[in-house]
Amino acid sequence: MSTLSTAVIEVRTSPHLHTGHSVDQIMRNVVYALLPLCAYAIWLFGISALALIATTTATCVFTEHIFCRLAHKGTTVGDYSVAITGLLLGLVLPPGMPLWMAVVGGFIAVGPGKMLFGGLGFNAFNPALVGRAFLQAAFPVAITSYTPAHALHRFSQWIPSSLAWPLMKAPPLADWMAKVRVDAFTGATPLMLEKFEHITTNTWTLFSGGRAGSAGETSSILILLCGAYLIARKMMDWRIPAAMLSSAFLVATVFHLTDPQKYPSGAFVLFSGGLLLGAMFMATDPVASPVTPLGMWIYGALMGLITDLIRFEGGLSEGVMYAILLGNAVSPLIDKVTQPRPYGARKRLRAMA
Amino acid sequence: MGLLTTIAGKRLWRGVHVPEFKEQTCHLPIRRLPFAPMLVVPLSQHTGAPATPIVRERQEVVRGEPIANATGFVSVPMHSPATGRVERIALAPSARGELTQAIYIRPYPSASQEVLYGAPQDIEHMTADEIIKAVQATGVVGLGGAAFPTHVKLKVPEGKKIDTVVVNGCECEPYLTSDHRVMLEHPGEVLHGARVVMKAIGAPRAIVGVEDNKMDAVEALRKANGAASDIQIQAVPAKYPQGAEKMLIKVLLDREIPSGGLPADVGVGVSNVATLAQVGELLPRRQGLIERVVTITGPAVTKPGNYLAAIGTPVRWALEQAGCTDQTASVILGGPMMGASIGSFDVPITKGVTGILVLTRQEVNGNGHIFPCIHCASCVNICPMHLNPSQLGMLARKGRYEEMAADFNLNDCFECGCCSYVCPSHIPLVQYFRVAKQMNRERKARA
Repeated sequence: MSTLSTAVIEVRTSPHLHTGHSVDQIMRNVVYALLPLCAYAIWLFGISALALIATTTATCVFTEHIFCRLAHKGTTVGDYSVAITGLLLGLVLPPGMPLWMAVVGGFIAVGPGKMLFGGLGFNAFNPALVGRAFLQAAFPVAITSYTPAHALHRFSQWIPSSLAWPLMKAPPLADWMAKVRVDAFTGATPLMLEKFEHITTNTWTLFSGGRAGSAGETSSILILLCGAYLIARKMMDWRIPAAMLSSAFLVATVFHLTDPQKYPSGAFVLFSGGLLLGAMFMATDPVASPVTPLGMWIYGALMGLITDLIRFEGGLSEGVMYAILLGNAVSPLIDKVTQPRPYGARKRLRAMA
Repeated sequence: MGLLTTIAGKRLWRGVHVPEFKEQTCHLPIRRLPFAPMLVVPLSQHTGAPATPIVRERQEVVRGEPIANATGFVSVPMHSPATGRVERIALAPSARGELTQAIYIRPYPSASQEVLYGAPQDIEHMTADEIIKAVQATGVVGLGGAAFPTHVKLKVPEGKKIDTVVVNGCECEPYLTSDHRVMLEHPGEVLHGARVVMKAIGAPRAIVGVEDNKMDAVEALRKANGAASDIQIQAVPAKYPQGAEKMLIKVLLDREIPSGGLPADVGVGVSNVATLAQVGELLPRRQGLIERVVTITGPAVTKPGNYLAAIGTPVRWALEQAGCTDQTASVILGGPMMGASIGSFDVPITKGVTGILVLTRQEVNGNGHIFPCIHCASCVNICPMHLNPSQLGMLARKGRYEEMAADFNLNDCFECGCCSYVCPSHIPLVQYFRVAKQMNRERKARA
């Protein structure tokens, strides 16, 4: 009786239960899922990859913190979303990317790419890709200068371009590559080899990794496993990667069947370049992708198609980045035309104003 | 949907799996709660016009005697929950926070508390209109929480034909087990009530929908039903909010109530099992609703269980009987997903109270920091009404309430709470929607 007369009860609105999931928990798990990719990248490319990923991550975190301070609000780096941006940016750059360019990329990704839009939840584009797109436009040579995996002395020697001085010409990589190259490993990515020299890399190499490419994109199996972890924990929507990968595969297969000499097979398209990494970790950025179930399928399919078109018919060997950025750009439109049909209603919800 | 149903059976596709917390009370038989020293019977415990009192202060009443008459068709009478004396007719706190008129009755401690009021009536020979009148006289309202007068639902609208009565035994809210116990202990009354309803609305068949976490209740009902073929007992996979009538009708019959419509629009009448059990028990005896089964449970309750409580029992008395620890931090009438937390222990148990849930500080502080919407689509994926809570939430934050109703079917939202439950950003979506609806109502009233 006494307990009730002294009890203070709080009035709250229903529901009084919650799953316990939170944004920072989801983001933290994405970071966990990216760490194996980082570790593998470092194993393949050595201290340059380590320094690259560390630099992009530190720059991104620092930039977000500074922007929060400038806006006179509490820092939001604690929600881990900026760490994802930093890690991803490091993973989609060539391992020998000059570190000062990585700093620029990190700043562009988080500053204009995220914080100027309003921070987490408001960015129209995936911030890491905004950073990469900027670097691609600003430093087209550096961002296509790939180095071989498993280079000799990779844990004791830098890839020479890593430590290039800001705004100075990076040292040419050819001499260095001649020295450290093991076996037939080449500095060109399988996509470049296929597109410019018509050399097809076998699918197992693509699948397992151990090839030239951006730091984090080489091992298909590792990317699939890390993505599966997030999907299993319901922290990532499986429909987007499923749609993007199947669309890229199907479109490539159609191309391949029309002209097997000119176009690579669907499996090659699937496991080469950054398609898997992009589909799993960048296209799925919830902020910049549609929320409707049908919209997710359309969005994924569209990105798969654009990837193939750029790879096959464009001037670049890789098309994932622009495909995802284009997908991000049209995702509000996709949402608009794919609103669900509510229970008991005859037509879909009216499009957004 | 037809194909999916064929493959996977009848089930609710949207919605959420919530932890049940039912094991604390589901195996405990219904016990009677002692009479409180003062019972407070509000005149408005139901949807519709408040009842009109027909007793004076200081008048003596016997248990079961009518103490207030229905005011019009959408209203029900009240009956005295105890033999005693009307102390006063005055304002009393309600679950919604406002004060409402109530009849205060002090039970006589030495009275036998026998229900002397009532007279048998033969339902077999009654017409539909007579049954409707008789059901109104019992004062029964929807005991599943909505408290909508039951007899009103028996009046089939002009030009409509009802072919199926859906009996709602889902009890999908976590913690609550009162319907479960009623089905288990009074299956005959439930089925009898269902047949009364079928007769009144002229439906040839009824389907009892029970979630499969209550298979013992399904067995009890099947046993009580025997070989009768007019009532079918159907177990459905447990999922919240299957107990919402729109969801249950979709699951059992694959029919969708049109937006803004009623079950009668698709030829269905829906009643909750506890409601039907009361109809089945009270109608043949021409008695009134004076008590109901209430689940009193939660982490802060020391003697959780299902209690048969007199209508008008103050929550304070009920919780004193069931025992509360000093961890009591929030008291909720109903389940944790849709129930309202109350601000006073003096709120009485009314006809629509399915349970009293007492949470500790630990559960109450659960939500934490609100993040911006990250468009994760969790809410869109689970909204049982197939709305877009993410978009509605964004419009609500900008105060664009009219747009929410006009373009995004705000008024179809029945506030089940699934979106708030899953939101990783902890955005109080349902609360936003409640505010938006209220603002729209007020704007309309001004216009």
